[in-house]
Amino acid sequence: MHPPSPRAARPIHPLVVRITHWVNALAMLIMIASGWRIYNASPIFGEWSFPKAITLGGWLGGALQWHFAGMWLLVANGLVYLTYGLASGHLRRRLLPLRPREIGRDFVAALTFRLPHDPGVYNAVQRLLYVVVLLVGIVIVLSGLAIWKPVQFAPLTAVMGGYDTARIVHFLAMAGIVSFVAVHLALVLLVPKTLPTMIIGREIHFGHDRAVKP
Amino acid sequence: MKILDRFLRPSRSDLAVPDTHLVQADRRLLLRGGLVAAGSLALGGCDISDNPQVESTLGAISRLNDRVQAALFGSTRLAPTFDVSDITPDFPFNAYYPASKIRVIDGATWKLELAGLVSDKTPWTLDRLRTLPQEAQITRHVCVEGWSAIGQWSGVPFRTFLEHIGADTTARYVGFTCGDDYWTSIDMPSALHPQTILALDYAGAPLPPKYGFPVKLRIPTKLGFKNPKHIMAITVTNDYPGGYWEDQGYNWFSGI
Repeated sequence: MHPPSPRAARPIHPLVVRITHWVNALAMLIMIASGWRIYNASPIFGEWSFPKAITLGGWLGGALQWHFAGMWLLVANGLVYLTYGLASGHLRRRLLPLRPREIGRDFVAALTFRLPHDPGVYNAVQRLLYVVVLLVGIVIVLSGLAIWKPVQFAPLTAVMGGYDTARIVHFLAMAGIVSFVAVHLALVLLVPKTLPTMIIGREIHFGHDRAVKP
Repeated sequence: MKILDRFLRPSRSDLAVPDTHLVQADRRLLLRGGLVAAGSLALGGCDISDNPQVESTLGAISRLNDRVQAALFGSTRLAPTFDVSDITPDFPFNAYYPASKIRVIDGATWKLELAGLVSDKTPWTLDRLRTLPQEAQITRHVCVEGWSAIGQWSGVPFRTFLEHIGADTTARYVGFTCGDDYWTSIDMPSALHPQTILALDYAGAPLPPKYGFPVKLRIPTKLGFKNPKHIMAITVTNDYPGGYWEDQGYNWFSGI
């Protein structure tokens, strides 16, 4: 048996982050798929609606049950993640600083496929996107509360621009998150070694790779 | 956490596979397997809800949400009110049946029946309801489907009516049965809310049939389907009365 290397002792993604990541993935799948079915009951954008096969709940009543069950999972899990991330300094260490010049430099490098990938270290574009998606996550929860309780949380609904505007905010936040997930999944397919780091906390090295990365 | 990490970590000898081609093939299989699993989860999504265990779990969470909403409900917190200029032109008709099936009820023979925990069960005529104090409101009707519309209703504050008939206001539910074979029920605190009214008028004129003639419950603290039209009977009770949509899975409290 080899002694564990120093890097193996400290996982790239801490256990709390890994668990909340996958619980969040499940909660998001429930919320988005059921949300699409709820949208279809009264589309905002003309007659356009989501194909029923990619929605959850079967009918409006079922979709609402999923949505208002999934919200507890989403919010509870999100609070665990944010509490851990803020208290441990994880969020600050991984997602800051955000400097426009670095973001511009890394954006150009990313588009020309010259951005190196260091496990556990985020480039400036990644940091920006993760911060933005976290903020959009907060907006989607707040706009959801504004639609759910426009009387009990009337001031929040007013901040969201009123009931009908809050629905649009909620939809656009969903669209933003879905776009983020699309890019996120595409990058995992491009750099598959990032997938095990989010499951077991570190990379799996195959054959010759080990010589390259000691 | 460290114990779990160790448990999840495969032994090193498993990883030291010399044949790269084989490894890459494995990796592709792993990736493909993951995609298939994710795909079947997404496609199977619409069928998951039919599983009886899933259904009962979602039902239990919906009842938990009833309690959460009852706790969130402010008995004196008012729904936002609007100006006449905000009223939605051509306020939408909505029911579980199409507009061609709208019931036309004869106001001259109509009587409001009372049942349950009520001391005076004398049925009410439309004229007698008009003798009670009336209140008007311009509020937003929010449909469970997501759309909303602003309308103007006036009628008897429901609290006033419940006091007049000697209703037991410590009872849990008020149930409504309607002339269009619809029924629903609400919790007592919401029934006593100052903006809950037995509406007789829409926009200053008697309710047209499409808006629920002769009497409709206007309750701006709940979703539209908790605003029954063509009310024929009211029951004050401690036995859960359910409702047309509630029995099919819409959340019972449905407060907003």
